[in-house]
Amino acid sequence: MRGPAAGPRDRPATRRLLVDMTACRARGLCAEVLPELVALDDWGYPIIAGRVPPGLEGQAREAVRLCPRLALRLSR
Amino acid sequence: MTGAALAAVAGSQGLWLVSRASGLVLLALFSVVVVLGVAVRTGARSGRLPRFAVAELHRNLSLFAVALLVLHVATALLDPYVSIGWLASVVPFASRYDRAAIGLGAIAADIGGAVLVTSVLRRRLGLRAWKVIHYLAYLAWPAAFLHAITAAGYDRHVWWVAGIEWAALVAVATAVIARLLARLRPERDGAAPAGAAGRAGMASRAGQAPGPRPRAAAASADHGERHAG
Amino acid sequence: MRAEAAAGNAGSPARHRGRPRPATALPRLLPPVPGTGPVSLGDHLAGYGPLPRWRADGAWRARLIAEVDRARLAGRGGAGFPAAIKLAALARARGAVVVANGTEGEPASAKDKVLMARSPHLVLDGVVAAAELTGAREAVVVAHPAVTEVVAQAAGERRRARLDRIRIQVLPAAGTFVAGEASAVVRWIEQGVPVPAWRPVRLAERGLRGRPTLVSNVETLAHLALIVRYGADWFAGVGTAGEPGSMLVTLAGAVRRPGVYEIAIGTPVAQVLAAGGGPAAPLGALLIGGYFGTWVDARQAAGRPFSREGLAGLGAGVGAGLIAALPAGACGLEQTARLARYLAGQSAGQCGPCVLGLDAIAGELAALAAGTGPDLGRLRRWIGQVGAGRGACKHPDGTVTMIASALELFRDEVAEHMAGWCTGTGGAAALLPVPGAVPGGAA
Repeated sequence: MRGPAAGPRDRPATRRLLVDMTACRARGLCAEVLPELVALDDWGYPIIAGRVPPGLEGQAREAVRLCPRLALRLSR
Repeated sequence: MTGAALAAVAGSQGLWLVSRASGLVLLALFSVVVVLGVAVRTGARSGRLPRFAVAELHRNLSLFAVALLVLHVATALLDPYVSIGWLASVVPFASRYDRAAIGLGAIAADIGGAVLVTSVLRRRLGLRAWKVIHYLAYLAWPAAFLHAITAAGYDRHVWWVAGIEWAALVAVATAVIARLLARLRPERDGAAPAGAAGRAGMASRAGQAPGPRPRAAAASADHGERHAG
Repeated sequence: MRAEAAAGNAGSPARHRGRPRPATALPRLLPPVPGTGPVSLGDHLAGYGPLPRWRADGAWRARLIAEVDRARLAGRGGAGFPAAIKLAALARARGAVVVANGTEGEPASAKDKVLMARSPHLVLDGVVAAAELTGAREAVVVAHPAVTEVVAQAAGERRRARLDRIRIQVLPAAGTFVAGEASAVVRWIEQGVPVPAWRPVRLAERGLRGRPTLVSNVETLAHLALIVRYGADWFAGVGTAGEPGSMLVTLAGAVRRPGVYEIAIGTPVAQVLAAGGGPAAPLGALLIGGYFGTWVDARQAAGRPFSREGLAGLGAGVGAGLIAALPAGACGLEQTARLARYLAGQSAGQCGPCVLGLDAIAGELAALAAGTGPDLGRLRRWIGQVGAGRGACKHPDGTVTMIASALELFRDEVAEHMAGWCTGTGGAAALLPVPGAVPGGAA
């Protein structure tokens, strides 16, 4: 399980792109918009490679908006 | 010069013309939007356009169509030659003039408005609510089409108007058939029908019985033997 | 003995009138005399003494939770999460509710069932203790269908005796593997659908009916019931310094007397097996923890203490307390393939990578077990993709962990199978239960 909770000073500046895999249907729009961060597995489902660097935050927001299943969320 | 042109446009003939022209463009546009919508959903590759581009095109064209719809309805209402109350533009079959035709248009417009609102508020409403309204688009298009062929009156007999109407019908019918076929075929994304597609895949690849295995020292003669689970 | 125990408890806020059991004696959770049938409320209170007098002030709760922390009680559901942290998180919340998880979705594990069947009152004591410590006014016990009736009757006994201030509801659990997952239990209670939910918000913040929820394994709660009575020092009478206390283990497979046994944490694995009569045949490997556990070499594991620390060196953990023994002659890959197929079928069916990925992996493993030319590269790629913590629950992750450990331990067998040979006795009888398997081998 998770370790001790990080304090506000420890929190990394980058956000996370979260996928609700129960809503995802492997439509693949997120991987098209954000190939730097989103790879697809053998069945077309997204694998998020790490946190969202500040430079890609705009594109991440686009991916969240474009997902036809509303399966994406940007943390915090 | 401009004043006279304006007067001409503002004249009854002008308004009626703009209304009919925008209506025809709207029918074509709406049809393209429906085809694009199906394309997004079924993952059909529109040439080299990625899926998100198809999705954006669908969205942007539909927004443009809404703007055009406003023009279409406004010019029809402002036209003094025919009396269509503004109410009739949203309440189906409330018009005294050409009740059925205008009523159908009102239905299409109402659904279009609902789709617009729910799409803007999609994240807040949640997927299911958004979906239910969005599927009504399959009702809106036939209403718009019937509105077009009944309200257009003698325009129908113009060959290229009829051509556009037919093309629209064929395009949308093709898209709808494609959509239905996509539903019947097990989706690549097998999680949807409660894993049924995934399970179907499982059935076809059902775990084989740990089969016969030649022992290290023995010959491989017993390939046909099957061991119990 | 009594003075000793009393001295040990002098600092403990848990005062009691009854005589505490000797700290070093086992069993603690199960009745000392093996038998069938539950211990009645009267016998239970006579044996363990009464529960402490509950108070409602925060300071008292904090002191008791600190005692639980001192006892280092770790969750017994498989995750091993420190109970004190969970309790403390909920003690801060308002309107908490306690859910006792007695689902035991693992088919090979029987410890929770046995515990509920024999000592339902100890479990309910723990439920009440958890509620009192977190300020919850109600609790739901989700019990395996085989023992729901016993637990419900015990709850009825307590109600008639007006023993508790907490309202306890007893529900039967769903019978599937994933039904034991914490959010699945909550959803089962709320909607009758035993599938995990994708929760960006933790259950401790918003769970059952939107309230802060404590989901705890029934064995953990039983231990809690002992700690609030006798204190952390007593609790540490058995076990190791780092992991005090006892635990229930299920012995399965090639042991003479498979079943549930209570052991002191840190008991060497060989001794644990001896409690069950020892191996029924020379052993090759052990599956430790559960179906999400780790395959280890039997000889290497024999001397290791059965504790988180002791097993860490083998890459294993205590998990849900299962030790399944594989005889040296049996084919570990075959067993793994059977388990993989079962686990793939037990997917909740919500997430693509799990439904499709586990199915594909199970298929490839079946080919490996049968020696029909699997694609190992593809299998390893899938294992990397599927077990990456992307779904709503850890079902694929746990499955993949177990499979990866099998491929590692049975390295030589993998090479043999790739060449089309198996040196094991093929067709080993169903060593490990996989309910719902298709008879005739296509499990």
